[in-house]
Amino acid sequence: MEMEHAEILHRCFRCGYCKFPKNYADINCPAYLKYRFETFAPGGRMWLLRALLDGKINGSKRMQKILFSCATCGNCVNHCAFPGFRDRLLDAFTAGKELLIDSGAIPPEARDYLTNLTNHKNPYKKPAKKRGEWAQDLDIPLYSDEEYLFFAGDVGSFDSRGMEIAGAAAGLLKAAGISFGILGGDEYSDGNDAHAMGETALFRELAEKNIRIWREKGIKKIICLSPHGYNAIKNLYSPYADDLMVFHYSAIVLQVLGKLNFQEVKPVSVTYHDPCYLGRHNSDYETVRGILRSIPGVQVKEMDRNRKNALCCGGGGGNFFTDILGGGPESAAAARAREAADTDAQILVTSCPICTTMLEDGVKAGNLDSHIRVVELSVFIRERTGAIG
Amino acid sequence: MPNTLEAELCAIVGEDYVSAQEEERYLYSMDPGTMPPAKPDAVVLPKTPEEVCEIVKLANRMQVPVVPMGAGLVLSGLTRALKGGIILDMKRMNRILMVNETSRYAVVEAGAAQGMLQHYLKKHHPGLKHSIPDAPPGATFGGNVTIHGSGHLSCLGGFHSDMLNGLEVVLPDGTIARIGSCALSDNWFARAPLPDLAGLFLGWAGTTGIVTKLSIKLYPAYPFNDVDIFVLEDENAMPDVLYRLTEPLVAEDITCWMTPKPEWAKGFCHANVAYGAKTREALRWKRNLLRDAVKPYIEKKTGGFMPVPPPMKKRFMDVPASDLARFADVRKGGGFEYVGAIMPVEFFPNACRLGMETATRHQTAYSLGARIVGVNHAMMFFYAYAFNRADEKDVERAQMALEETNKKVVEMGGVPWKAEEPAQKEILKKMHPEMANLMNRIRDALDPGKIMNPGNWEV
Repeated sequence: MEMEHAEILHRCFRCGYCKFPKNYADINCPAYLKYRFETFAPGGRMWLLRALLDGKINGSKRMQKILFSCATCGNCVNHCAFPGFRDRLLDAFTAGKELLIDSGAIPPEARDYLTNLTNHKNPYKKPAKKRGEWAQDLDIPLYSDEEYLFFAGDVGSFDSRGMEIAGAAAGLLKAAGISFGILGGDEYSDGNDAHAMGETALFRELAEKNIRIWREKGIKKIICLSPHGYNAIKNLYSPYADDLMVFHYSAIVLQVLGKLNFQEVKPVSVTYHDPCYLGRHNSDYETVRGILRSIPGVQVKEMDRNRKNALCCGGGGGNFFTDILGGGPESAAAARAREAADTDAQILVTSCPICTTMLEDGVKAGNLDSHIRVVELSVFIRERTGAIG
Repeated sequence: MPNTLEAELCAIVGEDYVSAQEEERYLYSMDPGTMPPAKPDAVVLPKTPEEVCEIVKLANRMQVPVVPMGAGLVLSGLTRALKGGIILDMKRMNRILMVNETSRYAVVEAGAAQGMLQHYLKKHHPGLKHSIPDAPPGATFGGNVTIHGSGHLSCLGGFHSDMLNGLEVVLPDGTIARIGSCALSDNWFARAPLPDLAGLFLGWAGTTGIVTKLSIKLYPAYPFNDVDIFVLEDENAMPDVLYRLTEPLVAEDITCWMTPKPEWAKGFCHANVAYGAKTREALRWKRNLLRDAVKPYIEKKTGGFMPVPPPMKKRFMDVPASDLARFADVRKGGGFEYVGAIMPVEFFPNACRLGMETATRHQTAYSLGARIVGVNHAMMFFYAYAFNRADEKDVERAQMALEETNKKVVEMGGVPWKAEEPAQKEILKKMHPEMANLMNRIRDALDPGKIMNPGNWEV
């Protein structure tokens, strides 16, 4: 058996820095936090992959669960003690998943996700023509020659909470006078999570489909609703299309914040959860904080673990769809909700539709409904401006 | 493993926290050191002392070995299931239970990580700190204290087992005992003046019981801290230098290091002296005391404090020091192990020569050093050898260097710390026969079924 990055697997000492944030406040690896066996920690995965290549173990259901429960949050990359190879940890895990997929050893949940993505170009098994339904009452044009394409992504297009968020974000952009359109049924899944799950061929196919249609329409500037899509287009599409300008919608909102008409509303305290694909994967920690600090009446309270050290919601690496990592009171989402509630903030704001749903589940799992409310950034701004969307 | 064992374990802790699957059996069969793997039949993650009790009772009933494990960072293979059985990964029991500011102690569960207490104290009790070992932040209290670890306050407080106020332990028959003042009340302030039974569980590698709670001494955390590095060429002078540096009772930690890389460090002995103070003035005063203590060396120009650029100083004051783990990447092979020899400080010159000779003979990358424990009362002299995990011959080379070092240390009159199973045998060979006898009698009395981490400390 062979896989990419095999040469770094044995270099892991399993010192365990990767399990923690910089301040060691608590376990910061979602899979290890949930399962607590060393096998689910990044170091465990490294050694098990080596053992798999050496034929000492096989691609069992357990091994599949160990690899596919990785939320690709990147905490390990940030905190690994070994500068010589830490940047490649997630790449090695992805390569390991690819190896399992190629040998037919894939968890059923992941298989179903990827099959749906292959057949429908979205994981919800919905027809393409329904992709733009989230925007049907918002008077948003199909892209023709607007300045930006608004890319809603799978969750923004088909998940009920995601559709609400897509509407809110688009509503803000509209209220601020941004020129943008959408592709509706001509949009395809960004493929970020397929890539994270090791299905690189499918990812390439999706990327090529998206890029082809963007080329045809002359699209150069893209605003993404989801940090997952933003990451894919910004970082993973670049070998195929390096001339695109990609933004997470929060970056645009920050630029036009002055055009939004914030209403006099009572003061509110918020804490901000950094989505991994905006924060750790793309080093944007301050845009949303800048927005929140600029909104009248908003007090921002930081959690112990923030920015590079934020605890992931557990939804990355396809886990939002496959639920291999699972929920419940021991989940990363529940731990994150507890940490947010500990700040005494009234609202937990995040800027990712996946994080929003995961954290809402975490609040429920922790019985914290009466302590804190999860609100996605665009919805939060909408509540304070009365923008339509 | 009979399926009934797995089912019984599931009935105790829940099926999510039991595994008899090949992945866990493989990974828990070894630690990052050089010892060969030994597979457990099952791995179990208890959450409460009561669950630990039930597991131990079950192990007794089924005559299955039980091996307690913290972070598995001991490197000398003490948490391998040498005779199969159950590995108890204690890290779900990781709560910080209480901190007493006035009496300066914290009560923690055995699986609590050093880093977690460090963070907790910084956040809630910024005037307090605990002694942190040079292990990664995941190292647990149960593991580190019971192996007689040492750390960055060891000049102040001795071994980490000396900083232990009391403990709770599950005995090999599945009963729970409390040792120290906590046996009389919920105040965990001291082991004295009671008969000190803590020793029954310290240094025994889990062969006498499973510690579930510990009370740890805390120390003042100062706002002003510094580290000075004394350098000299002649290792023969080091015992006297260390005697002098500890004399003013200023140092919180003194660690010596000798390494062939970087080039500027080659051939020199370095002693990092860390200290802190409440004010800048007090810090200056302490610095002057240290300088006065070694003045004869400075005047004769046979030693002196080296200028330390701020980034380097920061690195030396970083606790825990993440760059120590990086030694494992020296051979791009993810491995190192060390002999930590507990020795009197006057052994320093011989210890140093031994390390260099052994490393040269076995052609292994090495790093030598020593942590001073107490006011020069002892030192933990370490001989660290890096190896490439993917190269069997290289692992063997490091293994031989370690084995030889262990033997030489024992010959010299030192005692290998957290000794590997073969090194335990070397120690037992030289041990006063009645001590070995007494150890056996104690084990027989506590653990007649011989279920507790068997294979270790066996005469």
